[in-house]
Amino acid sequence: MSETLELDPRDRGGPAQPMLRVDGLKKYFPIRGGLLNRTVATVQAVDDVSFLVHKGETLGIVGESGCGKSTTARLLMRLMDPDSGSVVFDGDAVGDLRGITVNEMRRQMQMVFQDSYSSLNPRMTMAESIAYAPRMHGLGRKEAYDRAESLLAQVGLNPRQYARRYPHELSGGQRQRVNIARALALEPRLVILDEAVAALDKSVEAQVLNLLGDLKEKFNLTYLFISHDLNVVEYMSDRVMVMYLGRVVETGPVEQIYRHPRHPYTRALFASKPTLDPDRRTTEMPLTGDPPNPINPPSGCRFRTRCAFAEAVCAEKAPALAAPLHGDYDESSPHLVACHLPAAQRAMGAHHV
Amino acid sequence: MSDDPVLRVEDLNVRFRRRNVDVPAVNDASFSLRRGETLTILGESGSGKSVSLKALMGLLPSYAEITGKIWLNGTEILGLPAAALAKLRGGAVSMIFQEPMAALDPVYTIGEQIAETIVQHEGVDRRTAMKRALDLLEQVKIPSAARRLKNYPHEMSGGMRQRAMIALALACSPSVLLADEPTTALDVTVQIQILLLLRQLQEEFGMAIVFVTHDVGAAAEISDRIAVMYAGRFVESGTSREIIRSPQHPYTQGLLSSTVHGGMRGTKLVTIPGTPPNLAELPPGCAFAPRCRYTTEACRRPDIPVTIAESGAMARCVRVAEPVFA
Repeated sequence: MSETLELDPRDRGGPAQPMLRVDGLKKYFPIRGGLLNRTVATVQAVDDVSFLVHKGETLGIVGESGCGKSTTARLLMRLMDPDSGSVVFDGDAVGDLRGITVNEMRRQMQMVFQDSYSSLNPRMTMAESIAYAPRMHGLGRKEAYDRAESLLAQVGLNPRQYARRYPHELSGGQRQRVNIARALALEPRLVILDEAVAALDKSVEAQVLNLLGDLKEKFNLTYLFISHDLNVVEYMSDRVMVMYLGRVVETGPVEQIYRHPRHPYTRALFASKPTLDPDRRTTEMPLTGDPPNPINPPSGCRFRTRCAFAEAVCAEKAPALAAPLHGDYDESSPHLVACHLPAAQRAMGAHHV
Repeated sequence: MSDDPVLRVEDLNVRFRRRNVDVPAVNDASFSLRRGETLTILGESGSGKSVSLKALMGLLPSYAEITGKIWLNGTEILGLPAAALAKLRGGAVSMIFQEPMAALDPVYTIGEQIAETIVQHEGVDRRTAMKRALDLLEQVKIPSAARRLKNYPHEMSGGMRQRAMIALALACSPSVLLADEPTTALDVTVQIQILLLLRQLQEEFGMAIVFVTHDVGAAAEISDRIAVMYAGRFVESGTSREIIRSPQHPYTQGLLSSTVHGGMRGTKLVTIPGTPPNLAELPPGCAFAPRCRYTTEACRRPDIPVTIAESGAMARCVRVAEPVFA
């Protein structure tokens, strides 16, 4: 992986510099109401989220609905502005005077969304959709369309057959392939896949996952892979970040997170996975109730209301992401967990998949 | 209890015929269910699994041509007049859906909706019905049930709404519960709660469940038997153990191998090439033949042999019928 990275002329900081450094990202949505339409509450959608994405890796983000994983993706792409926090792309702060502009960032960072139909313009052919961004960024018409056709072929759609078709003439899986081709049209270095396979049937999902793997190698890509599907995230990711109600609760190498989860929430999440074995069905509920309302999240640790280990300290202050209170610590790819309690973290060790 | 099936379906066919379309959505579906048994119909979108359920419930539009036989508790119900059918729905057979928000009435409280069903079917007075509604909410483990009884659907979380819908469906102790992807829209931690709840309620109420899903994981958690549907036809059925451990039909094999599960990192997924066929233009013979790696001449002939093993497991495949190929 490092060899090809060094050859990439777009690489600026060398392989050791993270592709993406996110610090203290925050987004609160106001809820207005009442007579004067004042802000009556806020949804703390993303609250102080920091992480790194290394060059050439796939970072998976998992969590339940409302945990802030999609908001994080939209903030990174600047589809909405963060309240605070910084995003540094390969050493350049995005939107900073001494860094790069949002436009330049978007040339290197692209996104694929869950809904393959609504993310395509229904009045544009596939070739037009794919060629649109390169043309906007200054490529000639002929070159842009040539690129669109070659990308269609790369994602497994015969350009002769599909270039002139409209979105409604394609199946969901084919449309998602087009969305992937479009995301690659600007030759980005980082692609954010936000539930990109969630709406697909299993047999098609597997095809698209294989395709994503091939493209990553071919185009030297880095992925941010967001999904609620724990199995798919395990399959795709090198490192995993687990989110709960707008905060990161645990992050680390995929084997560490899946084999030795330290956070009570991570463990409960994995224990909720169907076993796929009729003889070893789940017999006890790992968690009760739904995730709490993000409008009024619990004080301190947000998981404490559903946590079997919760103590007084959990209500008082929010735990910071830190190395597990026991166990191995690897400087280059650290396992971090946001939990106050050694007992709760140790109990994790008992869980094996 | 007697061993007679509570639900028996024979050669169910559903065809949507309008001016310029003719879609055979369900073809010769047959199955039967005993009390307390769960059958999962597993299939991808467009395979006809939801249409089959709706045909059982009499919920299809008038232009759907339904033929075949459906017995519920020994009575044939296909072709019953609308009034008789309405009496069965919510009574002897009831259904839960993927989207409780769409299935519940937004302008009535949960309590009113459950009580309404009980009053309609059993003719008891409102107070008794409301008391039963409270018991039901407790049985589906909704916390502070008395307060929730007065809630409107929008005041509840997704998992809570799904529980409320299950309570509504069980209000008149149906003998058959039809479940159309009830856990698909839920988060994993809530999904497993609902699956466990259904299993437990089945023990208490003894109803048979027909569970429709595209998710092999959910199927493994809930079912006794699984029937795999492809292009409107059952291609394989058996106990969940048989289907998950040793699938016979190439489609089932492909579906399982392309379902990502733990410990597959670093391996290439074995996929089924192509996409599911258009039901309006099905090939003669096996509908899976164009995507199947074992296709032979025999697969394109119209009468695909059906093999039934000693255990009762069924497979509709040329290759299974003639083990010489294996």
